[in-house]
Amino acid sequence: MAQKTLIKLIVGSETIFFLALLMAFVYFSYVPTLNPRLVSRLDLTSTGLFTVLLLSSSFTFWRAEVSFRRGQTKQLRLWLIGTVVLGIVFLFGQGLEYRTLFREQLTISQGTFTTSFFTLTGFHGLHVLIGLIILSIVIYLAFLGDLDDPDSVLLPSVGIYWHFVDAVWAVVFMVVYVLPHVLADSTL
Amino acid sequence: MITDVELPEPEKSLPGATVNSDQGLLMWISSVDHKQIGIMYLLMALFYLFVGGLLALLMRVQLLVPNNHFLAPDAYNQLFTMHGTTMIFFVLTPAILGLAVYLVPLQIGANEMAFPRLNAFSFWISLFGGLLLYFSFLAGGAPDAGWFSYAPLNQTQYSASPGIDYYCIGLLLSGIGTVATAGNLAVTIITLRTPSMQYKYMPVFVWMVFIDSFLILAAFPSLNAALAMLLIDRQLDGHFFNTDAGGSALLWQHLFWLFGHPEVYIVVLPPFGVLSEVFQVYSRKPIFGYPFVVGSGIAISLLAFGVWVHHMFATGMGHTVNSFFAVSSMLIGIPTGVKVFNWLGTMYGGSIRFTTGMLFATAFLVEFTIGGLSGISFAIVPIDWQLTDTYYVVAHLHYVFLGGSLFGLFAGLFYWFPKMSGRMYSERLGNWFFWLFVIGFNLTFFVQHILGIIGMPRRVYTYPALAGYSALNLTSSLGAFLMGLSMLVFLYLLYDALKRGKRAGDNPWDGYTFEWLTSSPPPLKNFTTLPPVYSFRPVHDLNHPEIGDYKKPDEEKYGTKDID
Repeated sequence: MAQKTLIKLIVGSETIFFLALLMAFVYFSYVPTLNPRLVSRLDLTSTGLFTVLLLSSSFTFWRAEVSFRRGQTKQLRLWLIGTVVLGIVFLFGQGLEYRTLFREQLTISQGTFTTSFFTLTGFHGLHVLIGLIILSIVIYLAFLGDLDDPDSVLLPSVGIYWHFVDAVWAVVFMVVYVLPHVLADSTL
Repeated sequence: MITDVELPEPEKSLPGATVNSDQGLLMWISSVDHKQIGIMYLLMALFYLFVGGLLALLMRVQLLVPNNHFLAPDAYNQLFTMHGTTMIFFVLTPAILGLAVYLVPLQIGANEMAFPRLNAFSFWISLFGGLLLYFSFLAGGAPDAGWFSYAPLNQTQYSASPGIDYYCIGLLLSGIGTVATAGNLAVTIITLRTPSMQYKYMPVFVWMVFIDSFLILAAFPSLNAALAMLLIDRQLDGHFFNTDAGGSALLWQHLFWLFGHPEVYIVVLPPFGVLSEVFQVYSRKPIFGYPFVVGSGIAISLLAFGVWVHHMFATGMGHTVNSFFAVSSMLIGIPTGVKVFNWLGTMYGGSIRFTTGMLFATAFLVEFTIGGLSGISFAIVPIDWQLTDTYYVVAHLHYVFLGGSLFGLFAGLFYWFPKMSGRMYSERLGNWFFWLFVIGFNLTFFVQHILGIIGMPRRVYTYPALAGYSALNLTSSLGAFLMGLSMLVFLYLLYDALKRGKRAGDNPWDGYTFEWLTSSPPPLKNFTTLPPVYSFRPVHDLNHPEIGDYKKPDEEKYGTKDID
């Protein structure tokens, strides 16, 4: 109970942290007019694919929780591993995207757009990484057989954090990748 | 593998602020007990209060006479930056957290915080954040762009020394600790209250800490985000706030003040709670209008996020924006004023005991009202344009931070000193300290109102010998020395009380809340049994059953009945 309340409060606090980063990005990329690089340099399709993978990790985690409540140890381990694999693939995709941008000389010091882009997506990636570390510990505990108390709040607490990380990405993806395309199409 | 390490824990009553058990310092360093961590927070605040005060005295020596060359301009810049940063982040913040961490579990009838190890982590990371900030003096220069580090002054081309990098990292670390403690306190209050303590029976101090926790959780992320961005600007050559490369100076101000103004309420709400306890116990009356004290606290915390632009009236945001924030800033004066009347109403008709704690509380009413009035004057945009960046601002913020927060904290410190240390302090020394401090404080800062009005700018290392400047600055400096002297009296008072103070009983002031039920100082386990709670004065009900609140109807209990 106490653990879940604390995680909810921390997630609420983190939301404001990401809002601040997001506002900085919006300010530099949407004001006074839309930065054309948002459309020309960012790859909507491949990032969209990795986004689907990250969001589906919320589904696999939900299945892990269900297996946990039913006491199905084997399924629990499999769904947890699935969640971690999806998270790793997402980070890998982010690495690929960064490499492409770096090759085009778009580094963090190139201008206000890249500074705010790398800060926003980088901090999100950092949160995914932290989530993966936490999930790895949970998997370790699951294989030790320590996750056998169906009333334990460990998994639901980790879940609140993991779903939050996914939800942040959904918003970031909409603002950084999707919305510029919608706006660019409508002005044509 | 994870193995349990046996940590030294005190077997007898906690020794208060001394290290005299056989386990010595290790017992304190390894402690996860909320009372020990609370005391360590308070000692940290006291340590940094002396350091920050010393920096201020150096500034006042420089400003003693016009055209002085005691300090070079760049040294002066570092001093006022470190003074402000220290006092806000490493004195007031740890002091309120210390009192909260010490008292909240006691007042709600719990034996520990919800997360004791997180509590210890938060304290230590805050302490080391402060030490890291001070390490900048050795690493090539302290931060020198003011406590709010305005952009683009905070960029490498204007501040090349690593001071501001240390500022970012130090504040990030202590900020993480503060957020974690806030979450810890909120969860403690939600989950660990003794079963019969409904929200309407919580002591006002606990209420204020509860509200404060949410303020911290909502305000600090803005600062942390801004600090992370600034660090990226400085270390990775980013361009958030670098106006030479398209960055925005206003973005920094928005993020900083979106944290900075709520921070003012973060460090003043818990002192409001302290004062509510102090006023009622020393007036021998329940707080007047409990629902209004709590409700106005909630109103303040909500309005706190809608006033930040009044720090930015001079940035040219346009009349619409300025008018909106002028109105909201005036609005927030109302719930604050409500509280002042609550406290006056509590004193009215009470049989008042003017102990040192009560003296500070009473002086608070005067000083904080002055600070509040000068604050309201800033909500009027043309006056703000005239007075911004002058000593009028310095006077105002010191009346709020010292006359408000610090006076409240001192009132609480004297009120709870017998509980924390198990010893009574000397009221005679307390009186000396109080009068020296109050006279010194008003001498220092009242004249700065006038200095500001006649146009003396703040953050400038010296001033010309214009009419009025010399005499007023001399007065201000002498007042500062008097405050410095009074702090020595305070140190002696603490020493005297710990060495020679007579033993305090469990409840020397006839207090109302659960901390007075356990021994002084409380044992490691605060309570074994607790009486049921029927009002917000459970210990008063227990000790005075014949006049207990539990017999009264709600409107009398809460002081909301019309006076005939």
